[in-house]
Parts: sequence; structure tokens; C-alpha cells
Amino acid sequence: MSWSEFFAMKGYALYVWGSYGVALSIFVIEIALVRHKRKITLRQLRLMRDAGEEE
Amino acid sequence: MFYGLAGKLVPWFAAAAAVLFAVGLYIGFFVAPTDAVQSEAYRIIFIHVPTSILSMFIYLVMAGYAALGLIFNTRLSSMMATALAPTGALFTFIALWTGALWGKPMWGAWWVWDARLTSELILLFLYLGFISLHASIEDPRRADRAAALLAIVGSVNVPIIYFSVKWWNTLHQGATIKFTGTSMQIAMQQALFTMLLACWAYAIAMTLLRVRSIILERERNTQWVQDLPEVRS
Amino acid sequence: MSLLVLVVQRDLLLAVRRRADVLTTLIFFIMVVSLFPLGVGPEPVMLRNMAPGVVWVAALLASMLSLGRMFSADYQDGTLEQMLLVPQSLSMLVLGKILAHWMVSGLPLVLLAPVLGLQFDMTGQGLGVLVLGLLLGTPILSMIGAIGAALTLGLRGGGVLVSLLVLPLCIPVLIFGTGAVEAVISGISYSANLLLLAALLVLALVFTPWVTAQALRISME
Repeated sequence: MSWSEFFAMKGYALYVWGSYGVALSIFVIEIALVRHKRKITLRQLRLMRDAGEEE
Repeated sequence: MFYGLAGKLVPWFAAAAAVLFAVGLYIGFFVAPTDAVQSEAYRIIFIHVPTSILSMFIYLVMAGYAALGLIFNTRLSSMMATALAPTGALFTFIALWTGALWGKPMWGAWWVWDARLTSELILLFLYLGFISLHASIEDPRRADRAAALLAIVGSVNVPIIYFSVKWWNTLHQGATIKFTGTSMQIAMQQALFTMLLACWAYAIAMTLLRVRSIILERERNTQWVQDLPEVRS
Repeated sequence: MSLLVLVVQRDLLLAVRRRADVLTTLIFFIMVVSLFPLGVGPEPVMLRNMAPGVVWVAALLASMLSLGRMFSADYQDGTLEQMLLVPQSLSMLVLGKILAHWMVSGLPLVLLAPVLGLQFDMTGQGLGVLVLGLLLGTPILSMIGAIGAALTLGLRGGGVLVSLLVLPLCIPVLIFGTGAVEAVISGISYSANLLLLAALLVLALVFTPWVTAQALRISME
């Protein structure tokens, strides 16, 4: 089965890849968001600690 | 303690999720045959069914953790419930999206008031209710406990909602196609099961990762957080 | 029982003094119901089909509107804190407040529904079942709403939040209420829907006061 047939999904490409594409992008976005949240929290902690030391 | 443990577990679950996704998709797209009725469109079930099962399962687990946190006053279980909610909501959204896209070639309409899809939509509202209630209360303790109570009330209502929607749906339009497990070809079942495990592993990895940040936030002025390596560097 | 009666009397008295709040809910209900024929067009056949759904959704929205005030007045002037310290069971007190709220917001809707039903030229029997359904359903809306009101006590943007929390939980009531009227219009027996509605009412009557009491304790900590 050639690649072009595979991607055509016998005419249902829009639906099949539409679903998987959105699912994949949601997963990727969620991963990015959670990592970003972690980075922000760590930076806040460091700021708080530095502020703590200056007193 | 839990923070460290969660840290060690995350890479394992993430790796497991990646491998399982690859295997599941491979079986789903290359091994499973073309369906007689829907030709290729049915392959959407490999993402739709696991995510809808997971969306319901995560809600119940979330309500369980919330109940634990409320009854035993343990902050960790409330944090787990808060960490589970976004992932559960996203799974519900994926299930709705893929359900609609699957419905189009099958029933000819983007949105069909099918009993399952409608209940899924209500489940999404329950998730959003939980998240927005938790977000709109400043004091973390009250936020946890209030959202926990809502989750418990919600989980009691979920069966009632599912029953009433099914009742309402059969009133208007016969129950739409039922994918009976047995009639599905072996390869399809394998793909479905692998994808379910993949989504499950992914959900755990995400939740543990998120709960770590929540723990850091909540315990920020404790000593053990201060001398964590990642904080000091 | 005296506590219950006492609380109901007190709240009704308060409601009578602030008659404006009561009227706004009713006017909102009438307005929403009357909007639909304007939006959808006057032909009676269509209106008759839509009538139960429209009246029920309007009842749902109207009861959401007045939920905010169930506890907020007592919360602001501190009487709620005293209420929490009352020796009798808090759930009985909360049940009193829910009952009072229902009498002020739910009951008038039930009495008004027949008049509005005529706008959609519903038949006598259909109207009867609609009113019976509302009579069974609106208390459930107040009870589930009480949980939402207690949880969102003192939060900014509480009004919208209560609806987001409570509406999904009220969907079974909406389904059985409208289902009953549709059943009677299409001639099949409507008792199943009403019995289910009554079952939900009993379930709510047993659980919601206690849950609302817990919610109040959480919010007032």
C-alpha cells in the first residue's frame, strides 16, 4: 500500500487525520503547558529565596 | 518523599506511553483490516474510545482523591485531584472532537445528539465546573475542599445523567450503532487495548508532572523545598 | 420541626420586604418564555412542540438567577456565622432556607406556567402535566442550586459560577420534566417520567441539606 494511498484513507483522510491531528496537538500542547508551569514555579521559588536572603 | 517518588516515576510512564502509542497506532493502521461498513473511517475509534473511557475513569479517580482529601484532610490527595482535572477535561474534549469527526462520515452530521456524545459533553461541563470553582477561590485549602465536594456530588450524578440521557435519546432516535466487543476483529481489539494503556500511561505521567508543580507551589515556604537541587541552582 | 418553620417564616418575611428580588425572577421567566415565539415564529404547531422545552429551560434559568441571594445576604451581615453555631442540626436550618427560596422562586413559576402555556396554545392535559412536572422539579432545582450557592459563597463572579456548577446536575430534571409533557401530548403514558422526577425529588430531599451544610462549613472556615 503506497504512502499516498495510506494518507488518503480511502477518501476519509479529513476525518481520520483531523481527529488524530487534533488529539496529537492537544497532547503536545498539554505537555508544553505543564513543563512551562514547572519552569515558572521554580523561577518564582528562586525569586522568593533571593528576596528572603536580602532581608 | 512523594515529590521525589513522582519525579522518578514520570519518565517511566512517559516512555511507556510513547511506546504504547507507537505500537497501538501501528496495529491500528497497518494490521487491522479495512472495515466492511465504514472502510477507513472506523480507525478513529482507536483514539475516540480510549479517550472517552479515560475521561470517565479519570473523573471517578478524581472524585475518589477529592473524597480522600476531604475526609482525611490529607493535602496530597486534594492536590492529586486538582492535578487530574485538566488532563481529564482534555481527554473529554478529544473524545468529543473525535466523536464528532467520526459521526460525520457515519451519520452525515458533525454533531449528533447521540446518548454517549451528549453525556460526554455534560461530563466536560462537570470538569469545567470543578476547575473554575477551584480556580476562583484564593485560599487553597477552601478551594480544595469546595471543589472536592463538587466532584463527589458530580460523581453521584454521573450515573443519573447517563441514564437520563440514554432514556431521552432512545425517546427521540433509536440508539445509534453499538460496537459489540466480540464482533470486532482481533487486531482491532489489540489496537484498542494498547491505545487504552497508552492513554492511561500518558494520563499518569501528566498528572504526576503537574502534581509536582502544585506541591512546589503549595510548599514553597517549607525548608525542604528551599534546599531542593533545582531550586538552589 | 419548629426550627424549620422558624427559618422558613424568617426568610419569607425577608423576601416579602425585598419584593423586588422576587418579581425580577418572575419577570425574567415571563420574558424568556415570551421571547421564543418572537424568535422562532408564531405557527402554533411548532410552538406546541417546543412549549415544554421552552418553559422548562426558562424555569431552570430563572431559578439559577435567584440562587445567588440564598445565602449571600446572611453571609454579608454575619448571621450565617451565628447560624453555623446553632445547636440544632444545620441541615434542618438549610432545608428551611431552601424551602423558603423555593416558595419565593419555584412556586410562582409553577403557578405562572399554565398562563404561559396558553401562549403556546398547549392543551389542557399537556398543561396539567407541565405544571405537575414543574411542581416536582423546581424544588430539586432549588436544592441542587443550594449546594452551588453554598460552595460559591462570597466569591466574585459567583452568579455565573453557580450556573456553571449547577446546570449540568439539573439536566436529568429537565429531561424528565419535558419528557413527561411530550409523553402526554403524544398520547403515551407519562407516569414513568413523573415517577422518576419524584424519585429525584426524594433523593435530593435526603441528601442536599446535609451536603449544603457541609459546603457552608467549608466556605465559612
